[in-house]
Amino acid sequence: MSQRTLFDKIWDSHVVADLGGGWVLLHIDRHLLHDLSGARALAEVEEKGLKVRHPELAFATPDHAVSSAPGRTSETFQPGARLIASLRRRAAATGVRLFDLGEDGQGIVHVMGPELGIVLPGTTVICGDSHTCTNGGIGALAFGVGSTELTHALATQTLRQQKPRRMRVRFEGMPGPGVTPKDLILHLIGQIGAAAGTGYAVEYAGSAIRAMPLEGRLTICNLSIELGAKMGMIAPDDITFEYLAGRLFAPKGAAFEQAVAAWRQLPTDEGARFDREEVIDAAAIAPTITWGTSPEHAIAVDAAIPDPADAPDAAHRDAWRAALDYMGLEPGRPIAGTKVDWVFIGSCTNSRMSDLRAAAAVAKGRHVAAGVTAWVVPGSERVKREAEGEGLDKIFTDAGFAWREPGCSMCVAANGERVPPGQRSVSTSNRNFVGRQGPNARTHLASPAMAVAAAVAGAIADVRRI
Amino acid sequence: MEKFTTLAGAAAPLTRANIDTDTIIRIERLTGIRREEMGAYAFEALRGEPDFVLSRPEFQDAPILIGGANFGCGSSREGAVWALMGMGLRCVIAESFGDIFFNNCFQNGMLPIALPADDIRRLADQCAGGNARVTVDLQRQVVIAPRGEEIPFTIDAMRREALLEGLDDIGLTLKHEAAIDAYHAGDSAARPWVWQPGV
Repeated sequence: MSQRTLFDKIWDSHVVADLGGGWVLLHIDRHLLHDLSGARALAEVEEKGLKVRHPELAFATPDHAVSSAPGRTSETFQPGARLIASLRRRAAATGVRLFDLGEDGQGIVHVMGPELGIVLPGTTVICGDSHTCTNGGIGALAFGVGSTELTHALATQTLRQQKPRRMRVRFEGMPGPGVTPKDLILHLIGQIGAAAGTGYAVEYAGSAIRAMPLEGRLTICNLSIELGAKMGMIAPDDITFEYLAGRLFAPKGAAFEQAVAAWRQLPTDEGARFDREEVIDAAAIAPTITWGTSPEHAIAVDAAIPDPADAPDAAHRDAWRAALDYMGLEPGRPIAGTKVDWVFIGSCTNSRMSDLRAAAAVAKGRHVAAGVTAWVVPGSERVKREAEGEGLDKIFTDAGFAWREPGCSMCVAANGERVPPGQRSVSTSNRNFVGRQGPNARTHLASPAMAVAAAVAGAIADVRRI
Repeated sequence: MEKFTTLAGAAAPLTRANIDTDTIIRIERLTGIRREEMGAYAFEALRGEPDFVLSRPEFQDAPILIGGANFGCGSSREGAVWALMGMGLRCVIAESFGDIFFNNCFQNGMLPIALPADDIRRLADQCAGGNARVTVDLQRQVVIAPRGEEIPFTIDAMRREALLEGLDDIGLTLKHEAAIDAYHAGDSAARPWVWQPGV
């Protein structure tokens, strides 16, 4: 048998029927549902006179349209109250397990999936959310879909799919001090572009990935969609199995051993071929931050703001000019020292324990600069409780950060939590699009440590130098 | 789903790279507004720009949008397609598309056509004045530029048929119910941990 990639092994084992012309009916093992797309999809299944085929394989939680204000309820953000009510009602009616506000398990849907062991190596996972690719860090084939496909999958437990091409990105070497998984993936997108992954399933590999703890792998895979790839994945290994052992929905006892034996067969075979390969020297990467309105507008924190005159073509020149204008930046100046108004630590990219520990390590004994509003929004109820158990909340509040309730919050601004117009934010989230954090908000994407550095300096700062 | 055969009319050029789905429709608009009403909120973030192409009167009824590289990247929100359709658009011709957006188009009878950068530039130049007419013929798989040049495009055969016939995916898939049941039976023995979460 020929050598196969991790992607091919998972894909091939999920083909229910060959539809011809390169199309297959692909089995879907897990649905993750959230308040924005989940309730609507459950409703549509019913409206079409269909049934949720396997409600026991679907898991729901409210995250997008919920307030993160301390002491919040489902009513705090009124426009979201209706969505949560609908999600509760539909989940109860269909038998889908819901993790509600205040309950252990609730959180950003892509924090919840791995944390509860819902997502397992070798599974296919979908959600009406483009950051479903995050879950590929477990060794799953996970991707975002629109509402119509979500309804299709809930009703049939399958999707009609065409096989993407395969790309492998190898991060070789050990990242230097102050350089985190977020910096690695932002650097990659800055190097090869926000459309480089279009049409590909991306596997991340190399010595930096093998040594990386699981939560960092989730961060890497999270930004696959910012690279243009709807699927990003990392081969499962002992780090993965140790992470999963004992989690609520992971297999137990002998079943776990049986599963691990199967999961050990998943990694890409030696000599398997990819349609595109990239090798990145991880040791040469600096802490990285975005300057513009596409994730590909990423530069080293000690670099200068790019000049549109240096853009590769006319379309990019136009986009760079528009981005600089929107961001209120001048080409040629150092990005470090740019004054900031807001700092947001959270999102499905960077809101897990390792992120909060890294942020707290920089925040400890320092204070948020005057004029800066800084928030820490834990990714889940469980992260929140664990962080409080370690006293991280105290470190943050002592340093002048607000410590809030779990949810998507200011990453997506679908919950009334926005960066005010014209203000500048350093955010650990994944999108610096025009208006993403609120109309006319200016977003710079960075790691949790870099976000804290910006908060205490009151300006974009190199975390290695504070 | 509404059928798509041929389409003719004005084509609005918006060829900046990386137009994301947040830019096409803000997320708040997905919570309180019906699909059919989303057109009024499309491209809110760009409406303030001077001479924004879709604010020009000559493009108000344009059924075609000419985009740049990576059009529709970002969020999976299908509302981006509904918003474009709400503006009266039925076809986006671009250099390349975000994968999820591309797929969502077909679910709604919207035709996304990928063409090389040179073709996009030529089309955009010819359409910039606003009084030019582009024809898209899905049957023959050609875009006819305002000056009469026929530009062939490729499209997956199954997607083309679904658009021409207005087919519904769920109905087609449910014809494979026996295969889905057989997969379940085989896989639940091979991978019980997938089928019994937490056991």
